[in-house]
Amino acid sequence: MDRPIRVLIAKPGLDGHDRGAKVIARALRDAGMEVIYTGIQQTPQMIVEAALQEDVDVIGLSILSGAHMTLLPRVMELLRDHGMRDVLVVAGGIISDEDARLLKEQHGIAEVYGPGASTHEIVRFIQEQCRTRT
Amino acid sequence: MDLARALLEGNRRALAQALTLVETGGLQARALLGALYAYTGRAHIIGVTGAPGVGKSTLVAALAAHWRRAGRAVGIIAVDPTSPFTRGAILGDRIRMQALSGDPGVFIRSMASRGRLGGIARATGDAVAVLDAAGFDLVLVETVGAGQGEVEIAAAAHTTIVIETPGAGDDIQAIKAGILEIADLLVVNKADRDGAEQTVRQLRAMLSLADLPANGWTPPVLTAVATRGEGIEAIAAAAERHLIYLRESGGFIGREQKRAGRDLQLILQETALERVRARVAPADWEALIAQIVARTLDPYAAADHLLDQAIPPSDG
Repeated sequence: MDRPIRVLIAKPGLDGHDRGAKVIARALRDAGMEVIYTGIQQTPQMIVEAALQEDVDVIGLSILSGAHMTLLPRVMELLRDHGMRDVLVVAGGIISDEDARLLKEQHGIAEVYGPGASTHEIVRFIQEQCRTRT
Repeated sequence: MDLARALLEGNRRALAQALTLVETGGLQARALLGALYAYTGRAHIIGVTGAPGVGKSTLVAALAAHWRRAGRAVGIIAVDPTSPFTRGAILGDRIRMQALSGDPGVFIRSMASRGRLGGIARATGDAVAVLDAAGFDLVLVETVGAGQGEVEIAAAAHTTIVIETPGAGDDIQAIKAGILEIADLLVVNKADRDGAEQTVRQLRAMLSLADLPANGWTPPVLTAVATRGEGIEAIAAAAERHLIYLRESGGFIGREQKRAGRDLQLILQETALERVRARVAPADWEALIAQIVARTLDPYAAADHLLDQAIPPSDG
């Protein structure tokens, strides 16, 4: 793939803590990706619409509000409705192991990262996944 | 081409993929642009430029909302800079355009400058053409935060809006030779701040010194508070008047001719370079570079040598 990986970073739900999202956005940028940053308080509809218009390879969702079991499956459902199953979706935030397992196994989220995750690990995962997809 | 057909039928995913394709470039992109070309030439293309933080995204969003209320479809291309070190970019213009979300008459695309320094990306003009062909009545192009030299937008747009903010008075000297010269409309945004009137006065004074043609277009100096939607109607009306002026004065066809000539030249340069490179084996290329570095061959002679093989020089 001779073009940069395009990533949408969005914060679904009502919490306004966007430090983590910004750190990730910066790390992905430094890894040579084009990061579309949409900011806080995004509805699943807004996220999927932006992902469609921007034709992104990856969506990164940061959520700390606790509403992840409602909002993240909704994002995945809308992606399916729009024929965008090929988009890689990763999530980060305060998400229990059990919820993370459900999000991955039942809803198709590719990976879930907790507060201690290293940005290197996230960058590497996205690069590897994008390589195998194309 | 299926992608072209889907895009012309209004498929938004196809439109998004077409934009990715023209951004990447290559033979497929050319074929797509070729297939779409007959459908272009209908949109009013408006460039919005100014220094970082003057409110370009907010103004673009407010103008788009205004034209949506008038029932017109609006495409937006927002360009942000690519890091020269990592090739990565943070594209953050959508943050200020959230109010347009969910409207099928709006399509927003963020674009990284990918190494180009003129304020827009190499493929911005092609992306505008794609949105034009897709049937958007207006295409708004927001440049990277611009200083003095980022004037390429003027060649890509019909109408160029340059935004200033109050307190930039001291900078007016510095910018008058650059970006202000390309303005068809000047907007003093954040006009609720101190010094707005003074900035307006300075800009008008500067324009009165400029050598504008008699009976020509004098760029209006307008004020706005884009976050509150103030002044937006007047800016939109002025942009529409400018388009009418261009059409009636013959300036429109003049701009189209200039742009067509420039595009043809750029395409020729790129294509010629590609064809020449395609004929040269990598080892031969490296050998030429080595000779140039060793000062046994000058780069002009090397270029002639390569070109002569691909395109025989004409007599005389």
